[in-house]
Amino acid sequence: MAEIIEMPKLGFDMAEGTLVKWLKDEGEKIEKGDMLADIETDKATLQVESSASGVVLKHLVEANTTVPIASPIAVIATEGEQVDLEQLLGGKALPAAKAAQPQESQPIPSAPAPGSTAASASVSQESGFIKASPVAKAIAADKAVNLAALNGSGPGGRIVKRDVEAALQSGSASQAVQSSPAPGMPAPAQAQIIPGQDTRISISRLRGAIGKRMQESNQNIPHFFLTRSYDVGSLMQMRKQMNEGRDKGNKVSVNDFVVRAIALALRQFPNINASISEQEIIQHGNINVGVAVALDNGLLTVVVKNADQKDLDQIGWETGQLSQRARDGKLRNEDIEGSTFTISNLGMYGIEEFSAIVNPPEAAILAVGSAQQVPVVEDGALKTGWRMKATLSADHRITDGAEAARFMQHLALYLEQPWRLV
Amino acid sequence: MAIITMREAISQALWEEMERDPKVFIMGEEVGVWGGTYAVTKGFLDHFGAERVRDTPIAEAAIIGSAIGAAMAGMRPVAELMTMNFAFSAMDHIVNQAAKIHYMFGGQMKVPLVIRAPGGGGRQLAATHSQTPDALFAHFPGLKVVAPGTPEDAKGLLKAAIRSDDPILYIENATVYQQRGEVPDGDYTTPIGKSKVQREGKDVTLVTYSKMVPYSMKAADELAKEGIDVEIVDLRSLRPLDMGPVIESFKHTNRAVIAEEGWKSFGVGAEVTARIYEEAFDYVDAPIQRVAQKEVPLPYNRHLEQLALPQVEDIIKAVKEVMR
Repeated sequence: MAEIIEMPKLGFDMAEGTLVKWLKDEGEKIEKGDMLADIETDKATLQVESSASGVVLKHLVEANTTVPIASPIAVIATEGEQVDLEQLLGGKALPAAKAAQPQESQPIPSAPAPGSTAASASVSQESGFIKASPVAKAIAADKAVNLAALNGSGPGGRIVKRDVEAALQSGSASQAVQSSPAPGMPAPAQAQIIPGQDTRISISRLRGAIGKRMQESNQNIPHFFLTRSYDVGSLMQMRKQMNEGRDKGNKVSVNDFVVRAIALALRQFPNINASISEQEIIQHGNINVGVAVALDNGLLTVVVKNADQKDLDQIGWETGQLSQRARDGKLRNEDIEGSTFTISNLGMYGIEEFSAIVNPPEAAILAVGSAQQVPVVEDGALKTGWRMKATLSADHRITDGAEAARFMQHLALYLEQPWRLV
Repeated sequence: MAIITMREAISQALWEEMERDPKVFIMGEEVGVWGGTYAVTKGFLDHFGAERVRDTPIAEAAIIGSAIGAAMAGMRPVAELMTMNFAFSAMDHIVNQAAKIHYMFGGQMKVPLVIRAPGGGGRQLAATHSQTPDALFAHFPGLKVVAPGTPEDAKGLLKAAIRSDDPILYIENATVYQQRGEVPDGDYTTPIGKSKVQREGKDVTLVTYSKMVPYSMKAADELAKEGIDVEIVDLRSLRPLDMGPVIESFKHTNRAVIAEEGWKSFGVGAEVTARIYEEAFDYVDAPIQRVAQKEVPLPYNRHLEQLALPQVEDIIKAVKEVMR
């Protein structure tokens, strides 16, 4: 029975998609769940799964063609099946295809320095919901298997126990196993290296874009780095009090405090809240804080717009929504555009301090480490205190050491006296 | 170990209990002179006499009502309903009196009553005489409901029921009186409220009871030929319902089918399924399947009747579905 594959709707506001590349040629065998084609939305490149097994009978659109969602793009038939295409497609008009505009600039989301505010996720996922049986989910959680990387063999593509067990056994778990987000003591995962066997992974569009941007930034931008330690004792206490009695999903994170603190600090430093073009420096009239979100195969920056005008709860809620959309592959353009300053936070992984690569064309990026209880000397006495280190990477073409240092000093006002954030 | 029929197992249990305890007596329509509608009490009248083997009028409310009275007064009556379908005529006595007296009067009185009632379809007795309303009675706290699926359990459960101080509905299935099975020698009882694994397997848990036990055994034999290893859990008691062996089995198979003869809606399968989801949700690997009677009053026509009743093939189909 021949089946029509349509252009999937992969995002909330996706209206059309560009078929970038066919991964299966006409006449090629295909299994349900196999990747059929690369498609590109205005956010990212994703892959279309085949919802049928058989052979690819016909490509209905050529590569590099943009068609509306739900347009038929291919027909899958059983081997040797005679299919009357006209009858099969019936009322379904062939897509009103328009050739994709050759694009100079890649419409890939801005990909900043290493950093993350969220757990891993897969971009190639069609949506956030993974159809898996409860026991499959339980085993996957226990053995740290990433369900998003598996193909379900159960009814309707459901991932069932045998699929997870097969993945664990075969070593495809090496790709499926997730890194643990728990700081300090990560859960022991299945072996990720298969002895004696190399795994070759083609460079995804997102991976490629990150690489290109970071290489350009690192080679072309004269970076300088300033590290400072902040006393976050009050901040940690305030956060604890604020979170008392709140649901898990509703809590304010350290990162939310940092976003708010940065936004307020930037008000006094227009030259840090800036970007550069060939001819000029642009000091922005809005403070939009980008937050790096880790994905399975890369990272994205989501943007909290006008963060200086939003309270902690609002910032927490927005970053939560944005991170979720990033993990679900449902980001909208406005979610990832327009940042004027970027934060990369690896504190939740127990990283004490690190330096990030500037997210061009921005003037600076702040790399935030973990808040830790450490011995401190106060008034000649040894005590315990909370400290958090942050490193500013700045573009020397825009700003200089002293200005950046004053900014870091000014930031202390908000991080160390967090009532100023309220 | 002797191999005997369900009928003989029930008959032996009654006989042995009447021999053991002079307080045990039987009453019901045709139990005496005729020897029981299904010949379970043949020879009882001659041996035990008319005091202890009492033929009654065709008046189910009177049978159950007077049996409750006798039980409250210290006797151990075994009241027989000619079929489960006649229990509706005695419904108030069963669920409002027998099931509640001990509870409502502060435990002053016990009702050590056993109601024997054959149910089920498949003998062309038409819609009003062919029902399997087991779940209906299992709904009421205070009333214990047992329904054996093997001769061994038929004998052991009836003996346990007669010795119990609680009112117990003992459900027989009229189409399997001839089913044979091994029965232990000598006196024994089967605990009420304990499920049992009747066949071990590793692929799928088939939960069932009563007539569907032999059906499930047949289905399991067929499925074994195709490499599907079925574990059969026989509930034996519907109230109290023992989910222990079911959950234990499900935790290693992750897949379950519930087979019952009654209707699917609000049935035993619905209850067992819900409990599995409640108690073992994280072990579910496929949607649980239920095998039950079609949702119609049972047809008289032989072919239609067989189509409406759950068959061995239906169980096989459901197991394959859940194994997908």
